[in-house]
Amino acid sequence: MADEKETKGEKKYKYSILIPTYNERLNIAIIVYLVFKHLRDVDFEIIVVDDGSPDGTQEIVKQLQQLYGEDRILLRARAKKLGLGTAYIHGLKHASGDFVVIMDADLSHHPKYLPSFIKKQLETNASIVTGTRYVKGGGVHGWNLMRKLTSRGANVLAQTLLWPGVSDLTGSFRLYKKSVLEDVISSCVSKGYVFQMEMIVRATRKGYHIEEVPITFVDRVFGTSKLGGSEIVEYLKGLVYLLLTT
Amino acid sequence: MKHIVKILSLLVAISAFWIGLLQAAIVPRSHTWLLPIYFVVSLGCYGLLMVGIGLMQFPTCPQEAILLQKDITEAKDFFKHKGVDVGSG
Repeated sequence: MADEKETKGEKKYKYSILIPTYNERLNIAIIVYLVFKHLRDVDFEIIVVDDGSPDGTQEIVKQLQQLYGEDRILLRARAKKLGLGTAYIHGLKHASGDFVVIMDADLSHHPKYLPSFIKKQLETNASIVTGTRYVKGGGVHGWNLMRKLTSRGANVLAQTLLWPGVSDLTGSFRLYKKSVLEDVISSCVSKGYVFQMEMIVRATRKGYHIEEVPITFVDRVFGTSKLGGSEIVEYLKGLVYLLLTT
Repeated sequence: MKHIVKILSLLVAISAFWIGLLQAAIVPRSHTWLLPIYFVVSLGCYGLLMVGIGLMQFPTCPQEAILLQKDITEAKDFFKHKGVDVGSG
């Protein structure tokens, strides 16, 4: 087995791509297609953690399994919507890769960046490679001025208070060494996007080597995303929590 | 060390420096009393400046939306040929 993994003296790694889904019937198929398109020479598996979607997401995934193979696409569903953190933990249990990539299922994260995550990690031996929308080469499409202002204000506040060591705190397109993800996730308790912030801040505090790659983010092709007063309050609460407990 | 401890230590150090200035009276006391206000205001201005600069330089990628639509069409065609019914979202 060892000689199969080594080509020209280089070790070949396996990547587990973890995608939590809820009502992403069309998007999950497109994502799977794009992952296979952009990771041709890579050993990977896609783990779909679906929370009992009523729109037939799981049926589509089963068809994709027929097409691509059940060893390449794993469906590890749950009965109902149970939250992102637990979805990652659940998916992690079934991951057989050396690395775990987490990404969103709504096409805001494009699989074409997967090779750059992998390359960055191999070059730097980083424990975590996180995608950032806020640097040159990255970017966001689909945000109006108000949304950009909120995002920028939130980011400056978080940088001032937390000194997080990354430019994009709430991003959820990341590659982790499997053991690092297991370690960090066990100490996180927040929900939603505060959870993503908590993950990266705790990883920084623990001294893990974190690198960034630019990514572009196209907001919600199908469906709607919301940012209202309650999200802002939740964010501020999350900041204070992280300020005091990390 | 917890992050909050670092921040509090920094604040304590700054406060000690300020009290030291008050006692030593190298700078006239009336000015020294106002220093914390200057500090907070400067911090606020710096924050606003960073927000403004960031907003002006905010990277956008309109071409990505077009590329994504192309990818979606490509994927849908692929699945139609393979008999996978993805329906419409």
